[in-house]
Amino acid sequence: MLKLLERTHVRPESLAVLVGLAVVMAILSPVTGSGVRVFLTANNFFNIILASATFGILAIGATYVISAAGIDLSLGSVLGLASVSGAALVVTLEWPWYFAIIGSLGAGAAAGAVNGFIITRGHVPAFIVTLGMLGIARGLALIISDGRGIYGLPPEILFLGQARPWGIPTPVFILVAVALVAHYILAHTPFGHHTLALGDNENSARATGINVRRQRMMLYTISGLMAGIAGLIFTARVNTGDPTAGLSYELLAITAAIIGGTNLFGGRGSILGTMIGALIMGVLQNGLNLMAVQAYYQQMAIGAVLIAAVWLDQIRTRGRSLQ
Amino acid sequence: MNLLELAGVKKSFGAVQVLNGVDLTVDAGEVLGLVGDNGAGKSTLMKSITGVYSTDKGHVRFDGIDVTHLDPGERREMGIEMIYQDLALAAQQDVANNIFLGREPTKRMLGLIPSFVDKRRIDRQAQEMLDQLGVHVPSVHIPVGMLSGGQQQTIAIARALTFKPKLVIMDEPTAALAVREVESVLKLIDQMRAEGIATILISHRLNDVFEACERIVVLRRGNVIADLKRDKTDMAEVVSYIVGAHG
Repeated sequence: MLKLLERTHVRPESLAVLVGLAVVMAILSPVTGSGVRVFLTANNFFNIILASATFGILAIGATYVISAAGIDLSLGSVLGLASVSGAALVVTLEWPWYFAIIGSLGAGAAAGAVNGFIITRGHVPAFIVTLGMLGIARGLALIISDGRGIYGLPPEILFLGQARPWGIPTPVFILVAVALVAHYILAHTPFGHHTLALGDNENSARATGINVRRQRMMLYTISGLMAGIAGLIFTARVNTGDPTAGLSYELLAITAAIIGGTNLFGGRGSILGTMIGALIMGVLQNGLNLMAVQAYYQQMAIGAVLIAAVWLDQIRTRGRSLQ
Repeated sequence: MNLLELAGVKKSFGAVQVLNGVDLTVDAGEVLGLVGDNGAGKSTLMKSITGVYSTDKGHVRFDGIDVTHLDPGERREMGIEMIYQDLALAAQQDVANNIFLGREPTKRMLGLIPSFVDKRRIDRQAQEMLDQLGVHVPSVHIPVGMLSGGQQQTIAIARALTFKPKLVIMDEPTAALAVREVESVLKLIDQMRAEGIATILISHRLNDVFEACERIVVLRRGNVIADLKRDKTDMAEVVSYIVGAHG
C-alpha cells in the first residue's frame, strides 16, 4: 500500500487526513431516524463525490499548470463561461443537444488557449493573465446570458448530470474517466515527464530540447478544457447555464491540488493525490453542511486549509534543505 | 571535413553586441579549449551552437548540414550535447528520468495505448550508463537534488553521453569539483576523444585546458582573437590574449 502511494506520488499524510477528517465528520454528524450517522449513508457518500466532481475536475487542471510552476486563477470563471456557452447554443439558439458539449468544452479550451498564448508570447506572468481572465470570463458569461440563468436543457445533457446508471451518478463516471486519463498522461507519457521537468527547472527542460513554449501553451489549454468539462457537468446537474457557476471554485481546485501533494513551486504533482485532495475538500464541505455550519464559515475553513497546507510544506522543505 | 563550422556568427541582446562575427571550426574527435574573460561571449557562442539562442547573422553547419534554423531538440537529435555550468538538472526528478529527459523511450501499453514511457528501460539503461562511467549513486530512483555536487556533475555527463553524441560542449565542468573529481572528468574527455567524440571545453582553469585540449581558441569581446596549437604556445601567451595585452 505504501509502495503504491509512493509510486503514484501520493503522500500518505493526505490519505491520513482524509480518513481522519471522515471519522471526525461521522462522529459529529447527526443521526438518522434508523439510528445511522447521516454522514455514513450511501446517499451521502454519493453527495460528497457528486459535489467533489465539479471542482475535482478543475483541480486536475490546476495540478497540470501548478506542477509546471504555473498557476490558473481563472478556473472558476471559465467554468461559468463554459456553462452558459453550452446552454446558450442549445437553449437560446436551439441547436442540437450535442452543441452543449461542444460549446462548453470549446469555450473552456479557448479561454485556456488565450491564457497560454498571452503567457508564452507576451511573457506576462501567469498570475496576472489568469487573474485578468478571471474577470474577463465572468463578465463574458454574464453578457452572454444577460445576467440570468439559461434554463431547460435537453434530456441527453441532463443525463450527464442527473442520471444514476447502476445507482452511481454520471458525474462520478466522468470524474473517474477524466482522472484516469489525466493520471496516465502526467505520470506515464513524455508530455507528463516534460511538464514536471519544466516546473522543476525551466533551464533543464530547455537544455534537453523540450519545446517549453508549446508545452506551456498546451498546459493552459488543458486547464481551460478541464474548466469546460466541469462547466458542462454543472449545467447538466442544475439544468441551467449559470453565469455565476463556479464562483471562487479556483480556491477549492487549487487547495485540492496543493493538499494532494502538488508542489506549489512546480516539479511535483499527482492526479491521484489531487483526487484525495478533492475528496478532503468534499468531506469538509459536506460535514460542515450536515452540522448546519453557515456557508460563510466554510469559505473561511477552505481558505485556512490552503494556507496551512502550503505553510506545512514550507516547513518540511526548509527543514530538509537545512539538513 | 569539419564536424562543426561557424561562419560570421553575430548575436546581440538589445544594444549590446555580444558576438561580432565569429568563425570557428571543430574536427571530429578534436578537443578544443575555449577561453576568454568574463563577458567575452563564450556562453552565448555555445548557446548559438546548441540552438538555445538563434543567431542574428551567420551560419552554423554541423556534420555537413546547415543547422542554423533548427531548434535545440533537433540539434540534440543530430548529436550536439551541452553540459551546462549549472548542470540544468531537474532536482525533484529521479536520476534515471534526468538522464533520459527530452528523449524518453516509449512503448505501447498492453499493445494499445501509445506513448507510454518505458520506465523500466529508462532505469536499466541509466544504470548501465552510470556503471560504464564508473559512477556510483545509491539508486537511479532517488531525486537528483539529493546527490552531491560531484555526483550531479556525472549525471549531467551521463545525460550527454547516453545518446552517442558527436560533439559535447562542456561549460566549466571542473569549476565546482574537488581535485580527484577534476582528474576523472579530464580522463573522461580523453576517453571520449578515443571514441571519436569532439569536445569543446570552456574553462577558466588553464591548467585543465592545457592538459585536455590540443587546440585553444581565445574569445575576446565577441571575436576570435587567437587560435593556437597547444604545442606551439604557452600559458603566458594565452593569458596575454585573454586580457588583451597581446598585439
